Amino acid sequence: MKTYYDPSDLSLFETIGKDAPELARKFFDYYGAVFAEGALSAREKALIALAVAHAVQCPYCIDAYTRAGLEQGCDLEELTEAVHVAGAIRGGASLVHGVQMRKIAEKLTL
Amino acid sequence: MGCPQETQAQTLPGDIEKFSAALKRHGLKLDRGRCRILQVNVGLICDLCCRHCHLTAGPHRREIMSAETMKEVVDFARRCDFELVDITGGAPELVPGIEGFISDLADVIPQLMLRSNLTALGSQERNDLLSTCVKHRVALVVSFPALREAQVEAQRGSGVWEKSLAMLHRLNELGYGREASGLELHLAVNPGGAFLPADQAAVEKRYRRELQRRWDIVFNRLFALTNTPLGRFRRWLETSGNYDAYMGKLAKAFNPTVVPGLMCREQISVSWDGYVFDCDFHLAAGICQGEKRTHVRDLSAPPAEGTLIATADHCYACTAGAGFT
Ligand code: SF4
Repeated sequence: MKTYYDPSDLSLFETIGKDAPELARKFFDYYGAVFAEGALSAREKALIALAVAHAVQCPYCIDAYTRAGLEQGCDLEELTEAVHVAGAIRGGASLVHGVQMRKIAEKLTL
Repeated sequence: MGCPQETQAQTLPGDIEKFSAALKRHGLKLDRGRCRILQVNVGLICDLCCRHCHLTAGPHRREIMSAETMKEVVDFARRCDFELVDITGGAPELVPGIEGFISDLADVIPQLMLRSNLTALGSQERNDLLSTCVKHRVALVVSFPALREAQVEAQRGSGVWEKSLAMLHRLNELGYGREASGLELHLAVNPGGAFLPADQAAVEKRYRRELQRRWDIVFNRLFALTNTPLGRFRRWLETSGNYDAYMGKLAKAFNPTVVPGLMCREQISVSWDGYVFDCDFHLAAGICQGEKRTHVRDLSAPPAEGTLIATADHCYACTAGAGFT
């Protein structure tokens, strides 16, 4: 293995079921149900997935949900805004923990 | 002149099964059902140069149907028992004599449909065409690929957005797209790149809601169409390095259940110079219907039920996912 990530590995995702078929089936059934059109449209779910993909920094998911977003008729403006949502939540999540830091620091200092 | 039955197959990436082999693997064959629809391509001239055009139509094209060929097509329609004529291009709006052609066809066929790109239909000189369409209750299928200006113009050219919206308003004013008017307005939506269209029902729902809310525009139905790897779109796929992956995607999405309902099974396409093809895509690829190139003037009837249809690898675009309507 020359690199940890290979784009062609995305299409091999299903092989993850090879040595644990029952668990894989449960996961893929659940996965399929999550992304089916429901109270949220498939388009909205693709944008959420794209934002989450950036938050967890998964290159496979970024690839898959950029494509899914385009297929659902999203344009670059919408896809970019979704990435900013991830950025804002990630940044905000770090900053909001600053409250804990401040409380602890205040408790410990004279 | 003989007809190539598997053109372009040699250019398929090695790991992708040929379309004919995919059919065979599923125990299917592509043959004709009852021929109900006559599709007429009246010319390759167009005011736009859309990047997904499988016919490479545009302002530079000079191929248009002559008055004599129009007459031969009407005579053919009269000899046969078609239920619908589907007039397409290029931009049919730019073909001289199109109004007379529509009126003559209306005398012999119960239902007519015209594919329009909205910008050509919107030019001032086409008032006579619009009134002809209203008079004969011609259903309009218009291209409107996205709900955002930048996306529409990237695909269809600058200035198209405003003109398209203005024309949709005008069509609504004439009664097109309004319930009970009897004037049908359908939208045709193509993906803006090397990917498949979204689920048609979901796209239709979103377009209906957004067009109504933002611009007070209504329509009857929406068709989400897969881009076919031919013509200008194919050249773009090749030069952008997307061809292999796109063909792989289409082949992977092959859906055997849509084969019995493919449009080529119940329609025949006539080119601007009067020759017959199984469909508009075969027309673009030069794959003629039957054993040899045949002109409508020499045909007494459409191909009989059971006649085999030539397949090509661009057929994958018609069978991907939910299939081509
Ligand atoms: S391209 Fe589509 S419509 Fe034409 S013959 Fe192939 S399957 Fe039929």
